[in-house]
Amino acid sequence: MSSQIIDQFAADLDGEVRTSVRSGSAAGTDKRHKVLFEDFPEADRMRELAGKVKQHTLDHLDKYLEQAEAALKANGAKVHFAWDAKAACDEVEAILRQSNAKTVTKSKSMVSEEVGLNDSLAERGFDVVETDLGEFILQLDGDHPSHVVKPIIHKNRSEIARTFEKHGLGEYNDEPETITRRARQFMRKKYLQAEATITGANFVSAESGRMCVVTNEGNSRFGLAGSRVHIALVGIEKIVPRDIDLSLLLNLLGRSATGQALTVYTEFIAGPKAEGAVSGPEEFHVVFVNNRRTEVLASNCREILRCIRCGACMNVCPVYRQASGHAYRSVYPGPLGAVLSPLLAGAEGFPELADLPKASSLCGACNEVCPVDIPIPDLLLKLRDRGKQEHNAQAAADTPPMGAWAWVAQSPALWRASLKSANMLNLLPYEKIPFGPLGRWTRDRTLPAWRGGKFRSWAKNRKKAAK
Amino acid sequence: MLDRPPFPRPPERVLFMATCLCDAFFDEAAKASVEVLEGLGIEVVIPQAQTCCGQPAFNGGDWKSSRAVVRHTLEVFAGDDPIIVPSGSCGAMMFHGAPLEFEKEKDLDLVKQTGARTWEIFDFLYRGLGIREWTGSWKGKIAVHSSCHTRGTGTPEAIRSLLGTIEGLELVDFAEPEQCCGFGGTFSVAFPNISRNMGTLKIGNVLETQPDLLVSGDMSCLMHLKGLAEKSGRSLPAKHAIELLRDTMNESSLSYVLANH
Repeated sequence: MSSQIIDQFAADLDGEVRTSVRSGSAAGTDKRHKVLFEDFPEADRMRELAGKVKQHTLDHLDKYLEQAEAALKANGAKVHFAWDAKAACDEVEAILRQSNAKTVTKSKSMVSEEVGLNDSLAERGFDVVETDLGEFILQLDGDHPSHVVKPIIHKNRSEIARTFEKHGLGEYNDEPETITRRARQFMRKKYLQAEATITGANFVSAESGRMCVVTNEGNSRFGLAGSRVHIALVGIEKIVPRDIDLSLLLNLLGRSATGQALTVYTEFIAGPKAEGAVSGPEEFHVVFVNNRRTEVLASNCREILRCIRCGACMNVCPVYRQASGHAYRSVYPGPLGAVLSPLLAGAEGFPELADLPKASSLCGACNEVCPVDIPIPDLLLKLRDRGKQEHNAQAAADTPPMGAWAWVAQSPALWRASLKSANMLNLLPYEKIPFGPLGRWTRDRTLPAWRGGKFRSWAKNRKKAAK
Repeated sequence: MLDRPPFPRPPERVLFMATCLCDAFFDEAAKASVEVLEGLGIEVVIPQAQTCCGQPAFNGGDWKSSRAVVRHTLEVFAGDDPIIVPSGSCGAMMFHGAPLEFEKEKDLDLVKQTGARTWEIFDFLYRGLGIREWTGSWKGKIAVHSSCHTRGTGTPEAIRSLLGTIEGLELVDFAEPEQCCGFGGTFSVAFPNISRNMGTLKIGNVLETQPDLLVSGDMSCLMHLKGLAEKSGRSLPAKHAIELLRDTMNESSLSYVLANH
């Protein structure tokens, strides 16, 4: 009956997956609220401030990008710029070839998912292993993250145990300790073997060129310890003006993402291994990825680039909880993805994803929890308007056309007449109408009795009686 | 949220925006609003030419149609009097939605001015007029659903505070209050499956506390929730929170309210 893709996806979703997604995301919302407001009673003002810091950076991105580049270079880093996804993959490949790297450890990074780095490197003959446990499981499954922080929120431990069994990582065992131990054994070899490591970056300070990477498993740290070459793939929106801004943003990031005051590992990477240091990469490359970000910046939805990828919006989103991240058919799921994905898809890709902004009741919970105060519902609405202007069929599916309604609503006499004549609805067996908005409404709900005109005649009669 | 000062003294006259839902289904909520306002000694003018705030088309993405309807509404509600609306959703359309879709239009200033005069009724009573107590009595447990469009506005606090002072009335809290009921206007018919599941979760959370009545500042949420509950054979007594104020209003309570704010 439904033809909106996300609604259908949610309807067809496996019950086990639905339960995992819903309980995982609801727990995230609860933890966030508890920890954030216990520690910072005025957390909302922090969110607003953080939003201003990020917006200011975006408004002057050219300047801060230049500063960051200069600071990184002064620290001994090599800085590269990639215009699009292909260029990003090409840059990484070129660096790996130059340094004769074959085996690569990799930390979870959404921008690397966005540019399709793993597939690209695998095709080009590199052995890339994901070292975040969740992401590693997805790699084994040939699956994709369904959440920006908890990539396997859609899987429970019995599924994970089956995956491990299937890929020769021991007999079926669904104890988290066993699963973790086995993954660790597998990865340890890779860490020792790898010549290069790839990470993302949560923030880059334009002031000092310091890059900040947060993880809970320390996997990024392990990757750095064993490799000669470190490549960081960084979306250009990740820059912040000063080191001190990190105090605000890190305080919000951990709490918003997982309800932690601070993630277990928070690394600051200023450059390659210093002279005399015992370990650490000799080469440090930063690849700044554009991939249509400047296009988004020029659009009327530029605020979405403030996003620090905490996942709080997807955790609280009732649609995400019902549908799961994969319903969004793109790298970034949930309310964030419903805005960012169609924009990153560009003019030619927009029609394909133009239904995503419709997949929201516009409840505003995402805005309420966003650590950088992105007005997500407003941006969803702007994209709906764009879909309508571009006559996008995908966007229009199942939304009643509004032209006739608007025409009636501009004519008071017609409006009142329609309200009154609709009283005849009460005589119709409309619950049996199988089509149209009324049909879809009454499939699951009763409709209250139509009482058009009753209020107005009450008001009129009182006036008369008063005279 | 609109940050605006309270009224130094109650306005003599207000314009009443009935909302299309009250016009079509919930005349009782509209009547109750008028009676409460009049009980406070305020003249209530109900422009007969009013139709709709324009939100359905705005949310549906048809901003062109929506702007046409908003322009009609601006005309109907012209003047300086406060505009009172028994819906957080239509209120938000007036002071938040319309300015967004008029960003590049010549009449943006008029849209903003009209929005600034528009008050959701509970916000008007509590923050606007400074009423802090309602001395009626009502026996029973009440669950309050804060509609999504009242997020970040004064309405949820106003409803809970005013109802909380009614003698014998007990407010009960249900789980996951921040979660949307699943109505969302056209969302409910374009995403019927998700909408139903969201509503069913909400109903479960509300009924768990066994309230005698569910109230809200928006009839739309209640229409959806009540409709879902009834269809699945459950009973969910629900009405607009303003009806409770009206039902508990009596001369002594009014004179108390009038003397104390």
